[in-house]
Amino acid sequence: MPQTITEKILAAHAGRASVEPGELVTVQIDMALANDITAPIAIELFEESETPSVFHQEKIALVPDHFVPNKDVRSAMQVQIMRRFAKKYGIKHFFELGQMGIEHVLLPEQGLVLPGEVVIGADSHTCTYGALGAFATGLGSTDIAAAMITGEVWLKVPASMKLTYQGQRRKWVTGKDLILYTIGDVGVDGARYKAMEFVGEAIEALSMSDRMTMANMAIEAGAKSGIMAPDQVTQDYVRERSRRAFQPYHSDPDAAYDQERVYDVSEIEPQVAFPHLPENTRPVSEAGTISIDQAVIGSCTNGRIEDLRLAAQVLKGHTIAKHVRLIVIPATPSIYRQALAEGLLDIFLAAQGIVSPPTCGPCLGGFMGILGPGERAVATTNRNFVGRMGHSTSEVYLANPAVAAASAVLGRIGSPEGL
Amino acid sequence: MILEGAVWKFGDNVDTDVIIPATYLVTTDYRELGKHCMEGLDPSFSEKVRPGDIIVAGKNFGCGSSREHAPMAIKGAGVSCVVAESFARIFFRNAFNMGLAIFEAPDASETIQTGDQLSVNQDTGEIIDHTRGGRFLASPIPPFMQGLIEAGGLMSYVLKQKQG
Repeated sequence: MPQTITEKILAAHAGRASVEPGELVTVQIDMALANDITAPIAIELFEESETPSVFHQEKIALVPDHFVPNKDVRSAMQVQIMRRFAKKYGIKHFFELGQMGIEHVLLPEQGLVLPGEVVIGADSHTCTYGALGAFATGLGSTDIAAAMITGEVWLKVPASMKLTYQGQRRKWVTGKDLILYTIGDVGVDGARYKAMEFVGEAIEALSMSDRMTMANMAIEAGAKSGIMAPDQVTQDYVRERSRRAFQPYHSDPDAAYDQERVYDVSEIEPQVAFPHLPENTRPVSEAGTISIDQAVIGSCTNGRIEDLRLAAQVLKGHTIAKHVRLIVIPATPSIYRQALAEGLLDIFLAAQGIVSPPTCGPCLGGFMGILGPGERAVATTNRNFVGRMGHSTSEVYLANPAVAAASAVLGRIGSPEGL
Repeated sequence: MILEGAVWKFGDNVDTDVIIPATYLVTTDYRELGKHCMEGLDPSFSEKVRPGDIIVAGKNFGCGSSREHAPMAIKGAGVSCVVAESFARIFFRNAFNMGLAIFEAPDASETIQTGDQLSVNQDTGEIIDHTRGGRFLASPIPPFMQGLIEAGGLMSYVLKQKQG
């Protein structure tokens, strides 16, 4: 029976020859992940169950990243819970300050996710790992607690939605713009419960970093997961980071899809998602005059070295507008050090921005750059709901790193073309 | 069992950031979270809501984060159940995990308004608006998820499976 890549991965992990959308299956997981705001609940439930050991000491990752470096006493206590638990049960992948980074950038970087694997995480942006050709989905802490005991999770097989991207991207158009455009097209629940399968020449032309940006935001269209088939780009990326064997899967040519859409990317401009939904997109050229107070470049969506290089390319030789605050957040220690070695951090500082240690921080309104009443930010993050980055009257505009950087210089939403 | 209460009506795409802003994700205490329920939309909600009240909403309720603190905050505020046109998928699953009763009824949010007296039959899914006289039917809960509820939640289900 013809299967999509998603169906093949789930079937293989459920010990089945094939599966159908809508079926409930129990799958073996390759990795379960939690962070400092979701791990405490999972840990409490695990301890209450009086299970003597975790299902596998190397298939659990605990990454304190949301309110770390410890934002306050209660955040410190949440990390303490994780630290004690990791030590007690011999969990290998606990990342202390100095090694930790934003979870969805850190795990692929460290070679902890491979094509064909099943990854579940107590964080909605777990879907990021679909960029490596894995099945990856976000769940609640309770599901992670159960998985830490059994090494399994029950799932409803999602129908697959085929999104084909043809043509060549214009200058300054990145994976961020392709996914924002897509979410603007299908809506925040347009892919609800589906596996978004990203295919086509324009996807194949994307770096792994840009693929991760796209898969990261599948949840913003309501999807269960996002996925790109593994190819040479995937192979090269993974081989630099892991020696473990993996099983690449690909969709059968005659596999069935719930819905199909085709995009000509040469028609797509850099996109901006206006408040207060990621689907509220328009081309940056139609932004009008929107004065900003803050620009944030970072997050699991766009905090990788490629994103920082793009921002630095735009910022080089400029200083930001006097009324703007620029916050740059390399997503992991490796990225931070690489940006330092490449002279990027000096460009950000010379522009009168600041550089933060790796953290989710302002993305979810945690800390490290919160917005006051009526303030506006342009951010390379993934959500712009009411109050997302601070006061309920503040506004967040989502964009790619080049647009965010240009906007910081201009003092208003704008493109590098406007510099 | 029949749930009865006064309605608090919300629109489409009520997201997890308004249900429980991130600044409160430093506790796992239901009651404490309940004090900040829906704060992003209405800071006085947790004071106004009475135990047993019912939230009625439009499409895609609970979209955004996977934070289980969202259904916990709703339960902690004393809300007995949520009726919505549709639910975001992680929230749907988390609600069951947390024991928050939810009902998907496509047309309920069209006419029901804040202040209406509603009753929801947990077994049949029948919803009656006693104030306006409307009757609606919620989609049946998938049998597997009914099994989770009967077992007392996901953790109880998993532990029973291990023993059995």
